Amino acid sequence: MSVIYILLAISIVVAIVFFAAFVIAVRRGQYDDSYTPSVRMLFEDELVKNKSEESLETNKD
Amino acid sequence: MSSSNCYHCGDPCVRSPILFDQKAFCCVGCRTVYEIFAENDLSCYYDLQQSPGAIPGEIEGKYDFLEQENIVDKLLEFGDDSIQIVSLYVPHIHCSSCIWILENLNKLNPGIIESQVNFGKKSVRLTYKKGVCPLKDVVSLLSSIGYEPYISLENLEGGKSKIDRQIIYKLGVAGFAFGNVMFLSFPEYFEVDEFWLEQYKHLFRWIMFAYSLPVVLYAGRDYFTSAYKGHKAGLLNIDVPIALGILVLFLRSTTEIMFDLGSGFFDSLTGLVFFLLLGKFFQQRTYDFLSFERDYKSYFPIAITKIENGAESPLQVYEIKEGDRLLIRNEELIPVDGILIKGDAMIDYSFVTGESAPVQKKSGDKLYAGGKQVSGLIEVEALRTVEQSYLTQLWSNDVFNKNKEALFTNITNKLSKHFTRAVLLIAFVASLFWFVFDASKVMNVFTAVLIIACPCAIALSAPFTYGNLLRIFGKLKFYLKNASVIEQLSTIDTIIFDKTGTITANSRSETQFSGDQLDQEEEVLLRSTLRGSNHPLSRSLYELLKDNDILPLTYFEETPGSGIEARINDRQIKIGSASFVGVDEKDEHLRTEVHISTDNKYKGKFTFFNAYRQGLSRLFNDLSKSYRLAVISGDNEGERENLEKLLPVSTKMIFNQKPEDKLEYVAYHQSEGSKILMIGDGLNDAGALAQSDVGIAVSENINVFSPACDAILDASQFDKIEVFLKASKSAIKIIKWSFFFSFLYNIVGLYFAVTGQLEPVIAAILMPLSSISIVAFTTLATNIVGKRLKKNPLT
Repeated sequence: MSVIYILLAISIVVAIVFFAAFVIAVRRGQYDDSYTPSVRMLFEDELVKNKSEESLETNKD
Repeated sequence: MSSSNCYHCGDPCVRSPILFDQKAFCCVGCRTVYEIFAENDLSCYYDLQQSPGAIPGEIEGKYDFLEQENIVDKLLEFGDDSIQIVSLYVPHIHCSSCIWILENLNKLNPGIIESQVNFGKKSVRLTYKKGVCPLKDVVSLLSSIGYEPYISLENLEGGKSKIDRQIIYKLGVAGFAFGNVMFLSFPEYFEVDEFWLEQYKHLFRWIMFAYSLPVVLYAGRDYFTSAYKGHKAGLLNIDVPIALGILVLFLRSTTEIMFDLGSGFFDSLTGLVFFLLLGKFFQQRTYDFLSFERDYKSYFPIAITKIENGAESPLQVYEIKEGDRLLIRNEELIPVDGILIKGDAMIDYSFVTGESAPVQKKSGDKLYAGGKQVSGLIEVEALRTVEQSYLTQLWSNDVFNKNKEALFTNITNKLSKHFTRAVLLIAFVASLFWFVFDASKVMNVFTAVLIIACPCAIALSAPFTYGNLLRIFGKLKFYLKNASVIEQLSTIDTIIFDKTGTITANSRSETQFSGDQLDQEEEVLLRSTLRGSNHPLSRSLYELLKDNDILPLTYFEETPGSGIEARINDRQIKIGSASFVGVDEKDEHLRTEVHISTDNKYKGKFTFFNAYRQGLSRLFNDLSKSYRLAVISGDNEGERENLEKLLPVSTKMIFNQKPEDKLEYVAYHQSEGSKILMIGDGLNDAGALAQSDVGIAVSENINVFSPACDAILDASQFDKIEVFLKASKSAIKIIKWSFFFSFLYNIVGLYFAVTGQLEPVIAAILMPLSSISIVAFTTLATNIVGKRLKKNPLT
C-alpha cells in the first residue's frame, strides 16, 4: 500500500505542472484580453481563402 | 446593400455618390481607402462586415510632432535601435473587420512587423522597424485607412500602464488549493474506521495543510490588510469577520491535526477564500475601453505647431511659454489661453461647455483653452501656460483628489458592524455556557461559532448583485465606473442637470423661419448658396432644409463674420447677420439667427433653437415625483421660457454659471444633507461631476469625449434615467433579501456550533451551499430586474 506515496507524489506533481502552466499563461497576458482571440481565431481561414480567391481571379484574367 | 449607402462607411450618400469599381462611395476619402485595400488584396475587409469603415480625417501636418524623438520615446512601450513597439488607442475599432484589417497592416507597409488588436480596450499594439517606417508613418497609415489613433497629452504622462493581474493569480491559487484539498478531505467525510485510511490520514491532513498555506498567506491576504486598516480607522467592515473566520479556521484546523483531534476544516477554508475572490473578480470586471478618470489631459494634444521667425516647428504643449506664437490648424484644439493674431477663428467650445454652435472671433479677441478651431488656419499668441489656463485651473481644486468610494459606507459594511458584534456576543455567551457545563468543549464551541458565522454569503450578496446589474446596464449603454455607484444611485434625492449638451442634443438643432414665405426659386437659390459655404451655421441650415435641386451659382462671395452674397442669373441672395443683410432690426442677442434677403428685399430670418432630447418632458415629470430637480447652465437666459414650458414647475433653473459655480452649487446642497446626482457632459461640468455623490456624463460618442465621472450614459438612453434609478433601488432590495437568506443559513450553522456538534463535513456542506444559493438567487433576481428594464414601455 506504500504505492500511495508514489501516487500522491504524482498527483502533486501533475497539479503543480498545471498550476505552473496557469501562472505562465497569466504572465504572458492570455487573460488580459478575453474577446479578440475568439475573433482572430476565425481569420486564419479568411486569410488563406482570400489569397487563393485572389489568385484564382487573377488567373482568370 | 442599397445603392444610396456608402460601400466603405455605410453613411448615406447625401450628395451624388462617387461611383468606383461599381460601388458607391459617399466621399473621395472613402473611395481612397477602398482603393488602398483593393490594391493590396485586402478587400476581404468588406466581406467580414458590411460597410465597416470610417471616413479618413485630415491629418496634414497634424502628427509632425512624432518626428521629435523625445516625444516618441515617451509614447513607446519598447524601443531599441531598429525596432519599436507602441500601443495606440483607436476609437473606431468596432467590429471583426477592424480586427482583421489592423492585424494585416504589414501587407500595407512591410515596415510593420506585427500588429495585435485588443478589442476590449480598442487598442492596437504595433511592432515596427524604426528605420523603414517611423512612428509618424505608422500613424499616417492608420489615419489614411480611417483608423486614426487618439493620441493626447495623457499618453505622454501615463506612460506604460501596468496591468494588475493580482486577482487572477489569487483566484488561481485559491481554486487550485480548493480542488486539491477537496480530493484529500473526501475520504474522511464518512468516518469509516478503515485500516488504510487510519494509517494514511495524517499524511493527507498535512498535505491539505500545505495546500492551505498559500491560500491564507497569499490569496486571502487582502482580507487581513483590509480588516486591519478598518480596525485602525475604527470601522468594523465586512472584512473583519471574514479575516477572523479565515484565521480561526486555519488555527483551529492546524491545532486539530497537530494533536490528532480531528481532520480540520481546510476544505471549508480554501473554499471560502475561493468563493470570496470569485465575488471580487466578478465585481471588478468593468469596461476596459472607457475611461472614467479623464481630465483635460485626455482632450489636449501632445504638441502644437510653433511659429518662430517664420519657421514652423512642433512644440510640446507643456513647453508653451507666454508670448509664443502658435499655429492652430483646422480641427485642432487650442491648448492655452491666448489672443487671436491672424485668421478667421470659429471656435467650437463643445468640450468645454457642451454648446456645439461655434463662436466667431476676430483678431485681437481672447481665446480660451479647450476650444477647437473649425475653420482654417489661425495664429494665436499664448497668454498663459497650460496649467495656468482658465479651464485647466479647475483641476487644481481638491475635489479631483478625493476618492468617493472610500468615503462611502456601503450597505455590507453598515450591516457588518452589527453583525460582527452579534457574532462575538454569541461566541462569548456560548463559551460561557459550556465553561459552566463542560469546560472541555469551550474552545471547540468558541471557534466553531466564529467559523460558521464567517459571513461568506453576506460578503457575496453585494458583489454578485452589483456585478450582474453592471453588465445589464452596460448592455443598455449605461456604463458604471464600479459597482458601488449602483448603491450610491439608490440613495440620491436631488438631480441636477446641465443644460447644453445634456438635456439638449448636440447633433440636432431646430430652426424656425419667420418672415415672408420664400418661393420655389428662392429656396433653390438659398440651398445652392449654403452648399458653397463652410460656415457651421450654413452647414447645419443646409442639412435642415428640404431637398431642392442644386444649381450652379453665377456669383458667390463670402464675407467672414458677416455673411454670404450669391447670384444665379438675375436672382441675388444675401444670407448673414442683420447688418449684412441690411435690416435695422436689432439682433436678439440671446438667440442665434440667420437673416435672408433676396434681390435686396428683406425676407425674414431663421432662428436656431436648442433641440431638447426626446422624452425630456416626460422624464422630468416622472422624476419630479420622487426627486428634487434643478437645471444649471453656463448659458444666458435665452432658453428660460422654453424650458419653463417643458419642465415641471418645481424645477429650479439657474443660468450664467461658471464651472466653479456649478461645483459650489453642488457642494452647498450637499452641506444641507442632500444626495446629489449630477448629470452633465462637458469639461465645464467636471468639477460638479466630481463633487456630486454620483456624476453621470451624457455622451453622444462614448468612446471619445466624456469628463471624469462615475458613469457614462449613451445619449440615446437619456430618457431611461428614471428606469436606471429604479433598478438600482431594486438592487438594494435584492441584497437585503439575500442578507436575510444568509442569516437563515447562519442560524442553522450556529445551532450546530453552539451545541458543540460542528463536524468538518457539516461546515463543508453548509458553506458552499449558502454561497452558491446566494449567488444563484442574486443572479436570478437581477436578471429579472434586467428583463423588466429592457421591456420598459418608455422605450
